Amino acid sequence: MRQGAGPHLRRSLAVLAGLTVAYLVLTLFVKNSYYQLILTLVPVWALFGVSWNILSGYGGQLSFGHASFFGIGAYTVTLAVVYWRLSPWLGIPLGMVLGGLAAIAIGTPTFRLRGHYFALSMLAYPLAILYVLQYLGFQEVSIPMHRDHPVAFMEFSEPRVYTVIAMALLAGGVAVSLIIENSRFGLALLAIRQNELAAEAAGINARQWKMRSLIVSGMMAAAAGGFYARVLLVVTPDSVFGMLTSAQAVVVTLFGGVASVWGPLIGAAVLVPLAETLQAELGTYLPGIQGVVYGIAIIGIMLLSPDGLFWTIRDRWFRPSGTEPIPDVSGRPAPARPAVAAPGTPLLQVENLSRSFGGLKAVSEVSFSIAQGEILGIIGPNGAGKTTLFNVLNGVLTADAGSAMLAGQQMLGCKTFEVCRMGVGRTFQVVRSFPRLPVLDNVVVGAYGAGMSDREAIASAVRALRQVGLDGQAGVAAGQLTNKQLRLMELARALAGQPRLLLLDETLAGLGREECDSVLAVLAQLRQQGMTICIIEHTMHAMMRLADRFVVLDHGRVLATGLPRAVVEDASVIEAYLGKKWLARQSA
Amino acid sequence: MDLEILIENVLNAVTAGITIGCIYGLMCIGLGLIFGIMRIVNFAQGELLMLGMFASFYLVTGGRVLSFLGPYWGPFIGALCAAPLLFAGGALIHKFLISRVSGLRTAGTLDEGHFGQLIVTLGISLILQNGGQILFGSTPVAVRTPLSSEAFLIGPVYGAATVFLNKAKLIAFFVAILVAIALYLTLEYTRLGKALRAAADNPTAATYMGIEVDSAYRIAFGLGAAITAVAGGLIATYISFGPFVGFDYVIIMYSGVVLGGMGSILGAFWGGLTVGFVQQFSALILPPQLQNAAIFVVFLMIVLLRPQGLFGRSAERA
Repeated sequence: MRQGAGPHLRRSLAVLAGLTVAYLVLTLFVKNSYYQLILTLVPVWALFGVSWNILSGYGGQLSFGHASFFGIGAYTVTLAVVYWRLSPWLGIPLGMVLGGLAAIAIGTPTFRLRGHYFALSMLAYPLAILYVLQYLGFQEVSIPMHRDHPVAFMEFSEPRVYTVIAMALLAGGVAVSLIIENSRFGLALLAIRQNELAAEAAGINARQWKMRSLIVSGMMAAAAGGFYARVLLVVTPDSVFGMLTSAQAVVVTLFGGVASVWGPLIGAAVLVPLAETLQAELGTYLPGIQGVVYGIAIIGIMLLSPDGLFWTIRDRWFRPSGTEPIPDVSGRPAPARPAVAAPGTPLLQVENLSRSFGGLKAVSEVSFSIAQGEILGIIGPNGAGKTTLFNVLNGVLTADAGSAMLAGQQMLGCKTFEVCRMGVGRTFQVVRSFPRLPVLDNVVVGAYGAGMSDREAIASAVRALRQVGLDGQAGVAAGQLTNKQLRLMELARALAGQPRLLLLDETLAGLGREECDSVLAVLAQLRQQGMTICIIEHTMHAMMRLADRFVVLDHGRVLATGLPRAVVEDASVIEAYLGKKWLARQSA
Repeated sequence: MDLEILIENVLNAVTAGITIGCIYGLMCIGLGLIFGIMRIVNFAQGELLMLGMFASFYLVTGGRVLSFLGPYWGPFIGALCAAPLLFAGGALIHKFLISRVSGLRTAGTLDEGHFGQLIVTLGISLILQNGGQILFGSTPVAVRTPLSSEAFLIGPVYGAATVFLNKAKLIAFFVAILVAIALYLTLEYTRLGKALRAAADNPTAATYMGIEVDSAYRIAFGLGAAITAVAGGLIATYISFGPFVGFDYVIIMYSGVVLGGMGSILGAFWGGLTVGFVQQFSALILPPQLQNAAIFVVFLMIVLLRPQGLFGRSAERA
């Protein structure tokens, strides 16, 4: 569980129980069978929205093809009754299994893509299935009745029973979603949504978490689809795999509130009755009015309150204070620190590292080493290949040749999150924070990435915040921090994973002199605690004070290595920075 | 005998692939302006195509405004006349809806506004599709021209194998190529074209250079809508269509643009041409119901195997 998640989860489950009871009491007063059907459909579409929300809301992987899973559930239930006389009681779980398998089959290739390529590809799957089903002759399949065993085949003369089942499915889905939201699963997804590269560099295996969320999401959507088929008794490819079906999940969630479990519930409760009523009242004169209303609803919501009703209402009337006290971790076990070698023994050994982009040799045969407890400064003019070097070292880019051994272990060829787990923390030239998350959660991400348990992770994060002096801001959203605080928070995130080596990319960039000094003080203190640091920096005076040794890069090559004083007086270094003419004039 | 049939089928697939492919190419240029250059994911592009078809239909067959041009010239002039209408429509859509979720307003934000763009254009697509059903009805219509049932015959080239060149498609093909060339020259060599490309490439920098980015975007979006609408009007001369027709084409458009490589107008054209070829050749081996599925599969393959496109430069940086 995340920090403070226990009470939050209990409160949310109580709200869920209350809502379920209230909804079921409401059904007692509805006599008209059409309205009863609407009452059954609201939880079904809400469940579909909840499933979409797990992948696309928390994880930010926009899917326009969730109808794939919905349709697979619906067709599984229907065809299982038709061909095997398999009751929907078993058909729905079977559909969920197939939905989960489909998620693996779809996710495996598609998660290679990001952003709108991902969204567009997801759109293509249900439509391809749709045409195949039409070709196979499943244009319209109805579920046959089994009057001999009505209950065994989910046949009830009392329509309210369907509402109860729908509500039970929805409650199950909401409970799963709440558990995800309050665990490291949810935190990993939120981190991936806000900044995938930062999440990877903090040790989160983005692909694995995305795949897990798609599987959970696909199973849930299949359950919704399976039950939907049972309620309507007839399925067609268009009604369960069509564009409008995928859109339903998107629409109810965005309308109600994205990345909140209550969003899809609010959206479905408002939009489904509205659209169904319009369809019933006006559908004969204005066919398609439902789609028009949906379109207007999502455009309106996007322009007026882009995160959905839930967030707008919450931000206006129920804004959380943001000053949650920092958790007390004094009694908690300190996470085992990696065994620190004696100062002076080599920690990182880089040999002949090369990486080119087409004809440009960004990093060319670079060799250097860092000893335990040392601060190595990497300097060089713009475009010298400093950041590329870091990107190759921590697995963002692949190397063309060379090796990089961390205490005898090969780093090259590992993925970014694996490098992080080997004990390499990283900060970025442009701060990559998770702006919506509180500072503490931002830092906890780094601790989770290193594979710690919940208790250890929070303890480690709090300690890291103390180390950089941000413990007063633990409850503030990262988006509200100043530039210096963001730099320190990123440093704390790297520290929370208990790294052996820190790679800092221009941590002082854009800071004023005083701010610069206070960050330098933090770094000096880290050195005293035995931390090994490799830092890229432009600010010379700061580097002279901080670094033990310099490596100078120019045009991707190592120009000079050595003690700071010696390096800055080296003629070739001065030439690289200030040009030949300047050098000639100085020496003349 | 079998060989003759095979040769006839292949030759006809080639000619149909070229003619239809070039019309698709024009269609893809429209999306290429919006998606490839401005990086706006426009779901409603298929509906803009549909509006182009209906604009042409009401001008030529339904409203008979252009009936004085006769059944030969009318449909093609009608297709061209759809351009200004959709240009205005596209510019208005951009001004009131798209501009709020794109361009300078979202440059540098969390996801560059993609979430918002997808949602808003999905909404526009739903409104246009279903609103189209209310306004135009769901019975399929066609822009009638006798040319669509006439063909030039070439051959017999081998035994009895003959190539049929549908006259409507052939004229549509020429119109598509002329429009594509005109647009290419405009974008490449005029001041307006340079401003559009600059604004698309880096809105912030373009603003500093004195380019009115918002209006440049509006023009680009309008142009994208207009070009696709012309392609729609051309397609309308040889198929019948309803308000939901856009859906069959939107994936073709995205396939073409992605295949050609994002950000390249010529690439979008080649991409569309290639997709047209694939579609016509799949007709040789696949049953008609599966042809659309084939396009989706090709699209997925392209995106998964070569997201930078066959003709494209580098992919987006991580």
